[in-house]
Amino acid sequence: MTWVEVNAAPELIHTPPLRLKQKSADRTALNTDMYCLLKCSPLILAVAVCHGWLFGDFVGKQKELDEISLWPLPQKFQSSAVAFKLSPGSFQIVHAKQSSAGPSCSILVNAFRRYFEYMFGDLKKHEKSRKKVYDSDLAELQVWITSADPECDGYPSLQADESYELSVDEPSAVLKAANVWGALRGLETFSQLVYRDDYGANNINKTDISDFPRFAHRGILLDSSRHFLPLKVILANLEAMAMNKFNVFHWHIVDDPSFPYMSRTFPDLSQKRKGAYHPFTHVYTPSDVKMVIEFARMRGIRVIPEFDTPGHTQSWGNGIKNLLTPCYSGSSPSGTFGPVNPILNSSYDFMTQFFKEISTVFPDAYIHLGGDEVDFSCWKSNPDIKKFMVQQGFGTDYSKLESFYIQRLLDIVAATKKGYMVWQEVFDNGVKLKADTQIHVWKERPQYQDEMAKVTAAGFNALLSTPWYLNRISYGQDWVNIYKADPQNFTGTDAQKKLVIGGEACLWGEYVDATNLTPRLWPRASAVAERLWSDKSVTDVGNAYKRLVQHRCRMVKRGIPAEPLFVGHCRQEYMGL
Amino acid sequence: NLCLLFFQSPVRSCLLLVVVSVCVQQVHGVWPLPQQLHQSADRGCLSPQRFSFTYGRDSAAQTGCSVLDAAFKRYFSIIFPDFTKGSGLLMCENQSNRLSVKTGGCDGYPDEDSDESYNLSVSEGQAVLRSVTVWGALRGLESFSQLVYQDDYGSYFINKTEIVDFPRFAFRGLLLDTSRHYLPLHAILKTLDAMAYSKFNVFHWHIVDDPSFPYQSRTFPDLSNKGAFHPFTHIYTQSDVMRVIEHARMRGIRVVPEFDSPGHTQSWGKGQPGLLTPCYKGGVPSGSFGPVDPTIDTTYKFMESLLKEVKFVFPDSYVHLGGDEVSFACWQSNPNVRKFMEKMGFGKDFTKLESFYMESIMNMTAALNRTSIVWQDVFDYHERIPQDTVLEIWKGEKYQAELSRMTQAGHRVLLSAPWYINHISYGQDWRNSYAVQPQNFSGTEEQKKLVIGGEVAMWGEYVDATNLTPRLWPRACAAAERLWSNEEKTLNADLAFPRLEEFRCELLRRGIQAEPLFVGHCKHEYDGL
Repeated sequence: MTWVEVNAAPELIHTPPLRLKQKSADRTALNTDMYCLLKCSPLILAVAVCHGWLFGDFVGKQKELDEISLWPLPQKFQSSAVAFKLSPGSFQIVHAKQSSAGPSCSILVNAFRRYFEYMFGDLKKHEKSRKKVYDSDLAELQVWITSADPECDGYPSLQADESYELSVDEPSAVLKAANVWGALRGLETFSQLVYRDDYGANNINKTDISDFPRFAHRGILLDSSRHFLPLKVILANLEAMAMNKFNVFHWHIVDDPSFPYMSRTFPDLSQKRKGAYHPFTHVYTPSDVKMVIEFARMRGIRVIPEFDTPGHTQSWGNGIKNLLTPCYSGSSPSGTFGPVNPILNSSYDFMTQFFKEISTVFPDAYIHLGGDEVDFSCWKSNPDIKKFMVQQGFGTDYSKLESFYIQRLLDIVAATKKGYMVWQEVFDNGVKLKADTQIHVWKERPQYQDEMAKVTAAGFNALLSTPWYLNRISYGQDWVNIYKADPQNFTGTDAQKKLVIGGEACLWGEYVDATNLTPRLWPRASAVAERLWSDKSVTDVGNAYKRLVQHRCRMVKRGIPAEPLFVGHCRQEYMGL
Repeated sequence: NLCLLFFQSPVRSCLLLVVVSVCVQQVHGVWPLPQQLHQSADRGCLSPQRFSFTYGRDSAAQTGCSVLDAAFKRYFSIIFPDFTKGSGLLMCENQSNRLSVKTGGCDGYPDEDSDESYNLSVSEGQAVLRSVTVWGALRGLESFSQLVYQDDYGSYFINKTEIVDFPRFAFRGLLLDTSRHYLPLHAILKTLDAMAYSKFNVFHWHIVDDPSFPYQSRTFPDLSNKGAFHPFTHIYTQSDVMRVIEHARMRGIRVVPEFDSPGHTQSWGKGQPGLLTPCYKGGVPSGSFGPVDPTIDTTYKFMESLLKEVKFVFPDSYVHLGGDEVSFACWQSNPNVRKFMEKMGFGKDFTKLESFYMESIMNMTAALNRTSIVWQDVFDYHERIPQDTVLEIWKGEKYQAELSRMTQAGHRVLLSAPWYINHISYGQDWRNSYAVQPQNFSGTEEQKKLVIGGEVAMWGEYVDATNLTPRLWPRACAAAERLWSNEEKTLNADLAFPRLEEFRCELLRRGIQAEPLFVGHCKHEYDGL
């Protein structure tokens, strides 16, 4: 009755982690140290784990290979079979004495509590209350912020230093980072190292980690226009993003179907004539937006809003008169509307005021301006536009008109001191762009590798999304192809490769709302997370499968309904519903 | 004293347009579409304070009928969700609405012959639901609940309506697979709720398979002790199973368990040593095991005990025996099996061995007074099948030809092949499910009648409690309508689309996490996670 599994899944499960085996010859030499330290050059790094050793007196239970469930895999990782116990009653996460951050650092204080909950939250009270500390216990994790400014009250940025060093040893583990952003990533890693043995005790192995992201921009796009996404869903996904070390929430907040963003300057956009699906239940109020930004900041996640123009703006027209181009049927207006009307000064006046608001509401240095899929048929039908085309000497090349609009829009946004991201069409159409513009590659044709090469050859920063349109679903383990895509896999110079600042997993909203968003996104987006964080050489699908299965169960345990990768079970199944 | 609207001033006639448009929408507001439905634009108010369900004076069922008493309670809060929360503006007063139910027979369990037909007549001040059995009354209550709607002020309305309704097929099933992933009890119960909303009437519980054996057997407790993913957290106890059966009964849903053998039994072997065939490699046992060993007596003794227990635990007269995808490689490798083949004169034809096994357990099942359902493989490879065995088609290609062959041979048939909705793809794939025509194959009228229904299958390779509900609903609704409604009236998916969208929002309002069909919104969005 069920189909024969056509996927490579069973094979995946049994693929041995080859790199590990290559290293096993070193075992005896290291044995004498009673501490397994594997030198992991970036190239042969994957999972360096020691297991199955017989150390006579160790109290701690050795960690089984399948317990290693770090995701995304750190850049440098050394671990030994020496295990320490963590007692929920006495274990603490504390600020190191030398740290520049202290109890007033709300980001860290909140993170300490959050990660303590993740690690021990499911334990019963009496299990947490064991106060006695044993020799083999790990008493605390010290978090040491090294730079003078820990950035406790700041916002993460493209330039944020997310690197950290983590050393787990008796009696304390130490997490060292330049500022809070690196510390957040390190706390996540620490929480992933803690595992429960068969007797329910919490263990952590002696470990040294030195970690940093491969790409600075690691994003998730959610579309709150095609379906409204309740705040709760957005916040839950920010949590899941932090578990996967994503650092950008690309909020595709408005589009043709609805305008849920409640603007202070132009409240009619969401409140009038069905701009939003419903002016009260299906909107994001200013305080909602604030909450999303703060919730994200606490997790080291940037919030980049997208206000896509001149196309994809049907819903804008409901609240702003004369913003959209009236389409004509024959010689009279047909009653329908097209893209933003690029020939009226009022359009630019509106955009100036509107983006002034956006630039103050959203603290990030970048705004996504869209610019994709502009349909010219309405412009072509409109006699005023045609006249304007003649005046400007554009002939019948409407992409020139689009460029004309975008050019002026970019000037407007540049005046707000913001940088901008645009979809690839803007670049393809030859619009003059500021040097720090980020070009977002999403099209399947031409091949995205060619487009990445072209964009970077022109000296622009490039972001990749084409292979990561996760709204497109198919039967089976499609995370494998997601995992295999690499943003730097194109022909170009090293300088060009460096211009690739990262990528984004996109979950467009045609078929997605609160009912199915989370299981559709996770753990498929986790594959993107590892590609963007871990070393380029981390490509072993068999090894990734094992870790991802564990990581998925961890997300489930933390309350994220991440769907299964294949047949099997988690110790703690999803109990929501 | 029905709240009819009279329009006198020009302002009111503006209202009229609005009201009519609402009503026009409501005319199509029942999923699956009833066989006959007549609605007028006249609408009446329902007041939650005054509305009540009552048994008709001449009804055979009266207060004390467990199924209907529970259904009244359930449907009251489905119809008036705001009322139970204690809010809601009620504009119309002085109404005394009653839904009077006239029905007969408050039987124990629904079965293959249950009459699910009903007549519903909603008129001024009163609605009357007539059915032969409580199962028909349940279907009618569901339709009634879908006819009620709220206006912008929160008042409840129902239009004047006449419905004559009955199912096209008697067997309208949904398969859940609790072996590849364990499904917590509440996920199953929730699915049963949603099934009732779509008028499904059979829960095909594919309870065990290769990966795990979560059914806790009273006769063979080791099966789950050793074969479940976890012997305590990932099992269905006897009381869990009873709860599922009772929850289903209350909704007019049969529970048909599947104990698939001789293949798909890897998990059985862990708790029942000697049951599976030891595979050989180079003249010695390799340590791995194949299908159930059909050559030894102990196998049949075990199966008989298990089937006896199944008969005792599951009240339905049908049992699914599986019989699909048997791999012969292990049998071939085993010298004892080969010897047995020789003794029986089967030559090298292992299908004959499979046939021998299936025939034995089908006879066993018949002797227990139960009807067997088996997957199509059993028919494809074997000649002798007891006539009353039901065959289920699951193989994707050419299912029409298979329908012809099976019905030609006089067997009753269930269609599942086009409704494997665990297979997902991008976009509106419910339209494919909707386009299926189960009786569109070459055959006589008699043959067509042998198609007793079909099943939606949600196999568990990639599905567990995290994604089951949105993957099932509303995609399964397409098959629900195909199996219940008149095909002539439901051929056009574009016409069905707005009604299905509305039904999906209704599922959300009732707490079923049904995914969207396309861009848009519901008044009450899902507020879980």
